[in-house]
Amino acid sequence: MSDDDDIILSELNDEELVLQMHDDLYDGLKEEIAESVNILLERNWTPYDILTKGLVEGMRIVGIDFRDGILFVPEVLLAANAMKQGMAILRPLLTETGAPKVGTMVIGTVKGDIHDIGKNLVGMMMEGAGFEVFDLGINNPVEDYLAAIEEHKPDILGMSALLTTTMPYMKVVIDTMKEMGIRDKHIVLVGGAPLNEEFGLAIGADAYCRDAAVAVETAKEWMARKHNQMANA
Amino acid sequence: MTATTLSSLLDQKPVLLADGATGTNFFDLGLGPGDPPEFWNLDEPEKVTELHQAFVDAGSDIILTNTFGSNAPRLKLHKVQDRVFEYNYAGAKLARAVADKSDRPVVVAGSVGPTGELFAPLGEMTYDGAVKAFVDQMKGLKDGGADVAWIETMSAKEEMQAAADAANICGLPYVVTASFDTAGMTMMGLPPADMPHLLDGLETPPLAVGANCGVGASDLLMSVLSMSEQPGNVVIVAKANCGIPQIKGDQVEYTGTPDLMADYIRLAVDSGARIIGGCCGTSAIHLAAMRAALDAHQKGERPDETKIVETIGPIVNPISSGADKPQRRSRRRDR
Repeated sequence: MSDDDDIILSELNDEELVLQMHDDLYDGLKEEIAESVNILLERNWTPYDILTKGLVEGMRIVGIDFRDGILFVPEVLLAANAMKQGMAILRPLLTETGAPKVGTMVIGTVKGDIHDIGKNLVGMMMEGAGFEVFDLGINNPVEDYLAAIEEHKPDILGMSALLTTTMPYMKVVIDTMKEMGIRDKHIVLVGGAPLNEEFGLAIGADAYCRDAAVAVETAKEWMARKHNQMANA
Repeated sequence: MTATTLSSLLDQKPVLLADGATGTNFFDLGLGPGDPPEFWNLDEPEKVTELHQAFVDAGSDIILTNTFGSNAPRLKLHKVQDRVFEYNYAGAKLARAVADKSDRPVVVAGSVGPTGELFAPLGEMTYDGAVKAFVDQMKGLKDGGADVAWIETMSAKEEMQAAADAANICGLPYVVTASFDTAGMTMMGLPPADMPHLLDGLETPPLAVGANCGVGASDLLMSVLSMSEQPGNVVIVAKANCGIPQIKGDQVEYTGTPDLMADYIRLAVDSGARIIGGCCGTSAIHLAAMRAALDAHQKGERPDETKIVETIGPIVNPISSGADKPQRRSRRRDR
């Protein structure tokens, strides 16, 4: 690690520094990410530009290599932790400056299922992409989802299940939302190892996302559609 | 029948038949979605016995206890983390009783699944904490009569080492299998080729290593091929899901018919596995077909991917390999 001293972040120009941030996210170097964020703030970058051009773009690259089987869970978690360091600095500033928020998401693993690694990855990647994320944790009955929807009024509801035995519960949640007449007010995304697109559509979700990177892309796509619909309405 | 050991049985027979699924079969016996199967060791012991008996009747040489999630970190999620010993002891006793009644040797393997926690620095779990959790579980299994600790569905190297350490501390022989469900590797990025010699440094190495669960049976056979080409004649376990999981509407079905699982066991033998069973979706009916196929089969030519896909079905999560294999991006930093 001593070779890291070869790079003095503050001596890089803006363009080099942003590329270096992408690499440092890729390598999960959280101190370096925090330092780069602070340097760019000193250079009068807006928090929103640092978020999108530095952190979000860096996590997008991590997501691509995760999707392609080059990076695995440990590397992505380290990258997400590094991103969180940067977010910790930026979050209060983003609120202060009224920077545009991409959207809001409520996410949780369904009842009976206690797996949260994939769900956590999605939550962190969504934060990295500029979404505000409310994480309900594991083992959520339909009541928990409904309460969180009521409280946070999210654009997106995300549900996760890792077991073939718990994935049918996603349909319980969606059916309940339909009964209450609130299904179409939210984008519903589902994911988890045993699922596929056919299942996602059969239970009435808007989309199945095979991994955290795809979840972010799909969320952005659906947010754009939602905005277009609102503009046309 | 007097107690047997896995190593003596491996000395006697070229290939051993393990058992089928626990969870998916319990759903057919009335386990509710989200209910932990291990609760039945105390609440519905006759149903656990019924499943063990069905597997022994179908010809299993090895049966796995209903204790997959009976470690403290997982039981904690159901607020019964103080009953680790009880669930494991009861689970091992039930399997032991069925094995002892059989007129042929049947090994009782104490199922030990992952804690579900990530190890530090990624998560909160310490190495010592994991060893302790596994020791607590394995004490119950050993006292209840398990012959061997069956460490399965693992993905992290550290966790396999911690479980292996625990088995050595408890004085139990052990087997370790992992789930290769992500681009041909475990979700933590461990390739199957690393399995045969993963635990070489320990004072007592595993009796066998292998693959279980994951995605489809074809994917699992590819993992077995990768393990069996490693040097050292390590005993390899194949415990695949029942064919390929497929989604029919909002339900999950496995493509595995008894005939397909008979094909699978022949291919698993030809691929170099010496302990073969089924995982999710595998019933006693499938297992009986596997027993018959195994008994009639002479080990044949090592299959390749084409043969496996033709016989069993498509690879669900193919490994990236060969000239197209993508590489980790180059870094600006030299480290």
